[in-house]
Amino acid sequence: MSEEQKPVRIRADRDVCIGAGMCVMTADQIFDQDDDGVVVLLEPEPPAQYADLVRRAVRACPSGALSLVED
Amino acid sequence: MSESMTLPLHMRRAEFDPAAELAAVRDEEGVRKVRTVFGVDGWLITRFADVRAVLGDAERFSNAHQMVFRIPGMPQRTDEEIAELRAGNLLAFDPPEHTRLRRMLTPEFTVRRMRRLEPRIHDIVTEHLDAMERTGPPADLVTDFALPIPSLVICELLGVPYDDRADFQRRSGRMLDLSLPPQERAAASLESRVYMGELVARAKADPGDDLLGMLVREHGEDLTPAELAGIGSLLLLAGHETTSNMLSLGTLALLRNPEQLELLRKEPERIDAAVEELLRWLSIVHSGMTKVTTTDVEVAGQRIPAGEIVICALPAANRDPALAADPDRLDIGRDSLGHVAFGHGVHHCLGAPLARMEMRVAFPALLQRFPGLREAGPEPAFRSFNVVYGLSSFKVAW
Ligand code: HEM
Ligand code: HEM
Ligand code: SF4
Repeated sequence: MSEEQKPVRIRADRDVCIGAGMCVMTADQIFDQDDDGVVVLLEPEPPAQYADLVRRAVRACPSGALSLVED
Repeated sequence: MSESMTLPLHMRRAEFDPAAELAAVRDEEGVRKVRTVFGVDGWLITRFADVRAVLGDAERFSNAHQMVFRIPGMPQRTDEEIAELRAGNLLAFDPPEHTRLRRMLTPEFTVRRMRRLEPRIHDIVTEHLDAMERTGPPADLVTDFALPIPSLVICELLGVPYDDRADFQRRSGRMLDLSLPPQERAAASLESRVYMGELVARAKADPGDDLLGMLVREHGEDLTPAELAGIGSLLLLAGHETTSNMLSLGTLALLRNPEQLELLRKEPERIDAAVEELLRWLSIVHSGMTKVTTTDVEVAGQRIPAGEIVICALPAANRDPALAADPDRLDIGRDSLGHVAFGHGVHHCLGAPLARMEMRVAFPALLQRFPGLREAGPEPAFRSFNVVYGLSSFKVAW
């Protein structure tokens, strides 16, 4: 699918994040939590094969801190 | 329990399923005016999208305007008394007051922290399985497995003496028991705060490396003693009553769906998906805290004025066909991502990573230890008049 080939760009709003860790549980290659539990992007523009996983993480995030930047 | 008391609609169930009437509200009008446990009217929100929208909007749907303190027949409390009762209870605040408390706690519940706890949880589970095996069948899965495991875990995490469990389990039981008069529930909640206050005083004198000790060391200046006691009280309650009912009810759900159980036994790597599906399907917390509208709003086409109570029916939302196809089927093969069993928005369960860890350790260990696990009768007792749905007893053999 051509959709899958596009690179993904993630935006994480650290002020909105409540540290629920759903993103880390969904894709720990891409998301981490700092010592305060707040989201950290290990990979702000992950390769296309992660697109699905990233979308899942965005959907799972309870606080709305995560979004995809569509070009 | 007063005989005249009827179970509020959002808490009615037929064993594992939300009551047919509740599902009908979701599938028909979406929102219905109901009588709440407080004896005043409120609006029941039932659809997945609406529940997520309400829980995700702390500005228009407030937790801080609690009606709990204005129940008809309750002794009138002064503002100071109310402040004392609310202090430290994350569920009773909106941002930014909520954010302040939550920020102090999130570091303790990160996924990484929880992974570090995993070996200890394994040991605790093994000890309890050993004890069941030594005593032999029948056993009560609630008192021998489901309740003691999360209780011990939260005690160690917080720094609460496990030897006090008879007392705090009795108090939690009363706080969550909706068949009791509100005065009695409030009294239990006060007792819990007094007890926790003593532990906090001890931690202040000599902070250990548990959560209470950490809070005293790192935030002792910013948190009042009442807040510290409130936080401890909430974590102790939420930490054992919830996971405990997931473990007992979840085991029964698997035994009653043998093809799902078989699949999980054959392919144990499905445990994470199975835990999520059990969370969705069982939705043991009937609703989050009731909320109060801060302005006129519209939900599912229904106008709701400012100052009204709103209740989110989590089991109805989690069985919404908009979330999952064939939603009333327990199917550990499905993707239940996005379910609201842990709530949604800023109050999304703080303990979710801990609860998930406890379940992903405890279920497989139980199934592996007792391949012949079965109901031993009498019928397991479903408990209804409670903030958290579950089983009050469940006799098993193997
Ligand atoms: C339908 C949902 C709920 C209702 C109707 C409800 C109702 C109540 C009532 C009447 C009290 C007694 C308050 C007082 O006068 O002191 C109370 C206290 C409490 N509830 Fe809830 N509750 C609900 C959901 C929850 C949930 C989901 C949790 C935890 C995850 C929770 C945790 C507590 C705690 C910790 C207290 C004690 C408060 C304190 O010590 O400050 N409640 N609730
Ligand atoms: C499977 C087990 C559990 C379930 C189903 C569950 C469910 C929930 C739900 C639905 C809420 C949101 C309530 C609302 O919006 O009013 C919540 C909040 C909360 N839960 Fe849990 N919970 C579980 C386990 C735990 C554990 C183990 C802990 C503690 C260590 C915990 C601590 C909390 C706290 C502190 C909150 C309030 C968070 C806040 O207001 O920011 N829960 N839980
Ligand atoms: S899932 Fe959302 S709220 Fe949770 S840690 Fe990740 S970004 Fe933060």
